[in-house]
Amino acid sequence: MSTKAAEGAAPLATRQRRRRMPTELSIFLVLVGIALIYEVLGWMFIGQSFLMNSQRLTIMILQVSVIGIIAVGVTQVIITGGIDLSSGSVVGMTAMIATSFAQSSTWGRAVFPSLTDLPAFVPIMVGLLIGAAAGLANGALIAYTKIPPFIATLGMFVSARGVAKWYTKGQPVSGITEQFHFIGTKAWPVVVFLVVALIFHIALRYTRYGKFTYAIGANPQAARVSGINIEAHLVKVYVIAGLLAGLAGIVTAARAETAQASMGVGYELDAIAATVIGGTSLTGGVGRITGTVIGTIILGVMTSGFTFLRIDAYYQEIVKGLIIVAAVVIDVYRQKKRRKH
Amino acid sequence: MAVSPTTMAAVRASGAVPNAEYLLSAEGVRKEFPGVVALDDVQFRLKRASVHALMGENGAGKSTLMKILAGIYIPDKGDIRLKGVEIRLKSPLDALENGIAMIHQELNLMPFMTVAENIWIRREPKNRLGFVDHGVMHRMTEELFTRLNIDIDPDIEVRYLSVANRQMVEIAKAVSYNSDVLIMDEPTSALTEREVEHLFRIIRDLRAQGIGIVYITHKMNELFEIADEFSVFRDGRYIGTHASTDVTRDDIIRMMVGREITQMFPKEEVPIGEVMLSVRDLCLNGVFKDVSFEVRAGEILGVAGLVGSGRSNVAETLFGVTPASSGSIELYGKPVTISSPTEAIRHQMAFLTEDRKDTGCLLILDILENMQIAVLQDRYVKGGFVQQGAIEATCEDMAKKLRVKTPNLYERVENLSGGNQQKVLIGRWLLTNPRILILDEPTRGIDVGAKAEIHRLVTEMARNGVAVVMISSEMPEVLGMSDRIMVMHEGRVTGFLNRDEATQIKVMELAAQ
Repeated sequence: MSTKAAEGAAPLATRQRRRRMPTELSIFLVLVGIALIYEVLGWMFIGQSFLMNSQRLTIMILQVSVIGIIAVGVTQVIITGGIDLSSGSVVGMTAMIATSFAQSSTWGRAVFPSLTDLPAFVPIMVGLLIGAAAGLANGALIAYTKIPPFIATLGMFVSARGVAKWYTKGQPVSGITEQFHFIGTKAWPVVVFLVVALIFHIALRYTRYGKFTYAIGANPQAARVSGINIEAHLVKVYVIAGLLAGLAGIVTAARAETAQASMGVGYELDAIAATVIGGTSLTGGVGRITGTVIGTIILGVMTSGFTFLRIDAYYQEIVKGLIIVAAVVIDVYRQKKRRKH
Repeated sequence: MAVSPTTMAAVRASGAVPNAEYLLSAEGVRKEFPGVVALDDVQFRLKRASVHALMGENGAGKSTLMKILAGIYIPDKGDIRLKGVEIRLKSPLDALENGIAMIHQELNLMPFMTVAENIWIRREPKNRLGFVDHGVMHRMTEELFTRLNIDIDPDIEVRYLSVANRQMVEIAKAVSYNSDVLIMDEPTSALTEREVEHLFRIIRDLRAQGIGIVYITHKMNELFEIADEFSVFRDGRYIGTHASTDVTRDDIIRMMVGREITQMFPKEEVPIGEVMLSVRDLCLNGVFKDVSFEVRAGEILGVAGLVGSGRSNVAETLFGVTPASSGSIELYGKPVTISSPTEAIRHQMAFLTEDRKDTGCLLILDILENMQIAVLQDRYVKGGFVQQGAIEATCEDMAKKLRVKTPNLYERVENLSGGNQQKVLIGRWLLTNPRILILDEPTRGIDVGAKAEIHRLVTEMARNGVAVVMISSEMPEVLGMSDRIMVMHEGRVTGFLNRDEATQIKVMELAAQ
């Protein structure tokens, strides 16, 4: 061995497909653990099962689907080493604007009385475009003026909410068409979430777009010297994040059958939390959509479990905050351990 | 008997230190990292008032040993004694308090604090009100500097200092802890010759004061100039310790690599083809001016010059990292403008940057991701999808060809030694089939064996008709590898030398002017 290694010719082991143990597995175990704790507490205090209740689980997953859609975009942003604080506001803005193109003529107070009863794809396209435009503004600011993503998206956080309120001077937009409402019914939000997650899981793992995203997060200068057009790529990533926030806005409004300027408040933080709980590192270069999906479900299970155990909503927020911080602490610890060797 | 650090400090303070034969010794040290045995039954013995060099290829284990001695790593096994007393170091601070100080390759000073503040941090002299007494601190710093023959203003902020002066501050800081053992990791890698002399003077003074110095270097002539003894390591094993007066350069290389290096520079005469890259009056405002040269197919153009002469900046401009402010570039006979690395790669150029960690490696990603990233620009991608199987097979072949030491391609690059990291980066560029290859310090900080392999690769590239521009601070490398040498000084080209007329003296004359 020693002579061989000395010649620098230690052979590459034959194609082992052994990557490191996926972090998803440990996150999944956390999910299972939390669910089991609720199950036990449920039997102890409430006298019923937490898991054996398909209705509860359905509601739970429906509630977090919107967060999940946003988190898929946020995951990609965080992998590049950035952050997106604007998604909640973008949800509000797109919900308002998209819904104004989805009103029924039977509704007396349409925003555009001449533009009622449009096919559902019109409000959907409008919503996606508005979301993408917000992402474009974020991405262009970050890539070309080099201001920190935190600041750029903080600006959008404030302004997009402003647009949402200004659009109807604070009035809700109601009376949506059946066709538009359909996206929010049954399990469709969950389907949208899972399809989006699948698409970007594949994109991150198997496409050039994904490889470049990780490379930029790992070392932007090296990525640049390797020929990646970092500016253009960052714009792409933020546009995708904006687009998905827009989609989340559409789904939210369709589900609620109405749009309000306050929709999506705090969603950006839930999405970041789901992402971080899912193992994506805030320092960039590390993260997977599968982790984010599990992280989203953890968030949902936690909330649902609190309600199940009839714990006060105030405590829920307090504990949620602690869990987010704990997730980051674990991430920092994991990185430190890795660097030790 | 293991003595806790506090006890050791007490023993030190009492002055009743057992009079051991060695200042610092380590026996039977073992350290494992996941999947690798970094050190196996290693020994090391440092005498009082001596300079002891650690030699070995990258990955031989000398850095690991040094980090164990400095308290950064905790060994799995082994007996470490300071003046005959067994110690167990738990942290770098712990080591420092025991009188073992390490001066890192990457300096650890705070740029926006003054020299004095940096030196006395955590130990600032206080006045009666409990505030830092800057007057006393200034005086203490001056005393320290006088003792060490260092001439730096204690009140200047560190960011204004040259690398050499920062190093002096680090050394002074280490000495200020009344250290008995000083560990220096490649201290001269960023210094000019004059600065190196000054550093050596200081090292000799320290030695005369009874301090033991552990010195890591890849530069053989430094070993003979400064070290009293040296220990050689290979593949995590201890090979031997000798007095530097007893051996020749070739002996040491043989011990390090475990085989004869017959020819350090396998220069081959290859047919020189047509002009591939031609540069006219290239300028970058405030950095370099009127740089003109051409490189032909099969030719290796060496670029020499002192640190700060603008060599690396020229390379960066050629590759579009910092586009030129004026001047013209012709590639393969056609004028072009290169405003980004993306364009440079499209023109079949490749650029191995000077700083592996900052601008080369994607440290947290694996070997595969690191190697494939440049070639994915225009190959191995169909409809946006990476052709995973094909690129993996290609990278695997490349890793084999370059002899990257790794169990598989899924190893994170941060876990590789410097030489192996460099090979991965070279692989990244070879995959793009470049016609023009720009190398900036291709063998800096890597071991003799890996160096020879990289030289062999560069020669092979030239044989295949690639035009090579090679920036290097290592004179033997420049003289040994180049067909022609371009010398720069303060942002200007001061001359060209052909292979047959180039000597170390001529190059230095042009470089220093």
